[in-house]
Amino acid sequence: MNQYDLNPDVYNDDVKKDPIRAGFGRGLKKAGQQNDYIVALCADLTESTQIGPFRDEFPDRFIQVGIAEQNLVTVASGFAAAGKIPFASSYAAFNPGRNWEQIKTTIALNNQPVKIIASHAGIGVGPDGATHQMLEDIAMMRVMPNMIVVVPGDSIEAEKATLAIAENGKPSYLRLARPATAIFSTNDSPFEIGKAYILRGGNDISLLGTGAMTYQLLIASKILSEWGISAEVVHVPTIKPLDYETILDSAHRTGRVITAEEAQINGGFGGAIAELLSEKLPTPLLRIGIQDRFGESGSPDELFNYFGLTGEHIAKKVQDFINETPQYHRDY
Amino acid sequence: MGGKLTISQLQVKANSMRNDVIRMLEAAGSGHTAASLGMADILAALYFDILNIRPAEPEWPDRDIFFLSNGHTVPIQYAAMAEAGYFEKDELLTLRKLGSRLQGHPERTKLPGLENTSGPLGSGLSQAAGFAYSLQYLDNVKHRFVYTIMGDGELDEGNVWEAAMFAGKYKLSQLIAFVDRNNIQIDGNTEDVMPLGDLRGKWETFGWHVIEIDGNNIQSIIDAVNLAKAITNRPTVIIANTIPGRGVNFMEYDYKWHGVAPNSEQANDALGELEVAAATIKIKDMSL
Repeated sequence: MNQYDLNPDVYNDDVKKDPIRAGFGRGLKKAGQQNDYIVALCADLTESTQIGPFRDEFPDRFIQVGIAEQNLVTVASGFAAAGKIPFASSYAAFNPGRNWEQIKTTIALNNQPVKIIASHAGIGVGPDGATHQMLEDIAMMRVMPNMIVVVPGDSIEAEKATLAIAENGKPSYLRLARPATAIFSTNDSPFEIGKAYILRGGNDISLLGTGAMTYQLLIASKILSEWGISAEVVHVPTIKPLDYETILDSAHRTGRVITAEEAQINGGFGGAIAELLSEKLPTPLLRIGIQDRFGESGSPDELFNYFGLTGEHIAKKVQDFINETPQYHRDY
Repeated sequence: MGGKLTISQLQVKANSMRNDVIRMLEAAGSGHTAASLGMADILAALYFDILNIRPAEPEWPDRDIFFLSNGHTVPIQYAAMAEAGYFEKDELLTLRKLGSRLQGHPERTKLPGLENTSGPLGSGLSQAAGFAYSLQYLDNVKHRFVYTIMGDGELDEGNVWEAAMFAGKYKLSQLIAFVDRNNIQIDGNTEDVMPLGDLRGKWETFGWHVIEIDGNNIQSIIDAVNLAKAITNRPTVIIANTIPGRGVNFMEYDYKWHGVAPNSEQANDALGELEVAAATIKIKDMSL
């Protein structure tokens, strides 16, 4: 296996943090510099969804649609029909929370290469509370045919993911988190749509993470190593198409799997992995994430604690899971 | 292509398209009859007079764009496209059948010449607005126009008014929208189900130029579009008052024909009426 280029400071308390959405903002500006056909549409959330840098450099290619998320994506579909590459940005709670049908009909089924940018996704939205904490979007978007679903793990990867979807010619969904999030990758780390990456090798269990949860898995794996447990950490930034090969290979080697996401486990990333494993390689599985309930107000750190999503919580869950679940090996 | 068709020739086209719609819907056993017939004159005017298109070259980059927003009326668009030569008329009878390019609601990726995928209501105006914005502000192309047709019941959808506000703000003058004002929707008359009230006033306050016409009068349709093209500081909406089921007496004005296809007996009666109508056009215009 190729060595993933991990940020050497990733396990330090003072690891650099940056909002994942900020990486999107930088990526969009860069994409705009590389490709004149890129346009950005926003529904009255230009600064917080990080469209500002693009708008400032390319004011003519920035389109304000007002607080109208149904119009946001359907106008974007029209831009795509006219040969443009539209990035349609709002909060995940509304985009795709409010406009899923329009995305399905006018973008996915219509096969127009609109990029749905969903900022402020996940429990990490914090004090705004349950109405604004979009937890169902992974499930909603990954069931949609033609749709690529990408959930970058940090701001550096978000920038790469933005550049990648700008050029993939397909309807694409990019899920971004609001708070400052630890950076685990580097400029030299690989990113390719459809690929999962082993960040840390291990023998006892595979920890599969997407988005900001991958960092928490790295922290968990470090704690687990102190407890004598060797956990492999697999980062899965593309939920659709899923990297079957890397995931199944890891599950096959370790015989136990845990998934972690800042979203509903039902139908979400955990759901995707459960589907894959139960069909291809039945393996004991524990899904960490939001367990069929709504979120609530609190600081992001408080909420990660409350919902058991920190590295410390996860380490404990992994230990319990290993104690009660025999490692499942099979000869395929 | 030769020169412009006369109004009588366009009426013959519309009649022929209505004939095709009846045969298609009968063969399909389901589909939306009333508005397909009611919109025949608009579609004939679009495909055979107004739209700058090349049926043999559907992707011709300089073409005008037509987004059908009320996708359930697509049988009349298929009929117009077949009449225009996008595909053979035989294929019309595959409507709604497994494996057909003629899906029950239009799918762009299935049939060259379709510009969008629609069915769920309320989104066509937005798509047309996005395209028109692109032409006007990004491409600086002034000679191409973007058309859409919405049903009047469709105006219940909030998405329509989001688009209306957007097009008004940006003064999308290359955007020309039709409202098929036939006063019916599935559950009854529009003014009973959800009153639309002063449609002209509604669109005007959103910043649109409004033209109201008899939507079954082809000359009026062409005149309205010519006027709309001359308005360069606003988008135009043409409120086209049509008769649902137009051309078949027992279907006209009856909302029950919104989403129902004729059985073979009804289809025969309808085709008979259309044949008489076609003969009447020819009697009135001896040049045909």
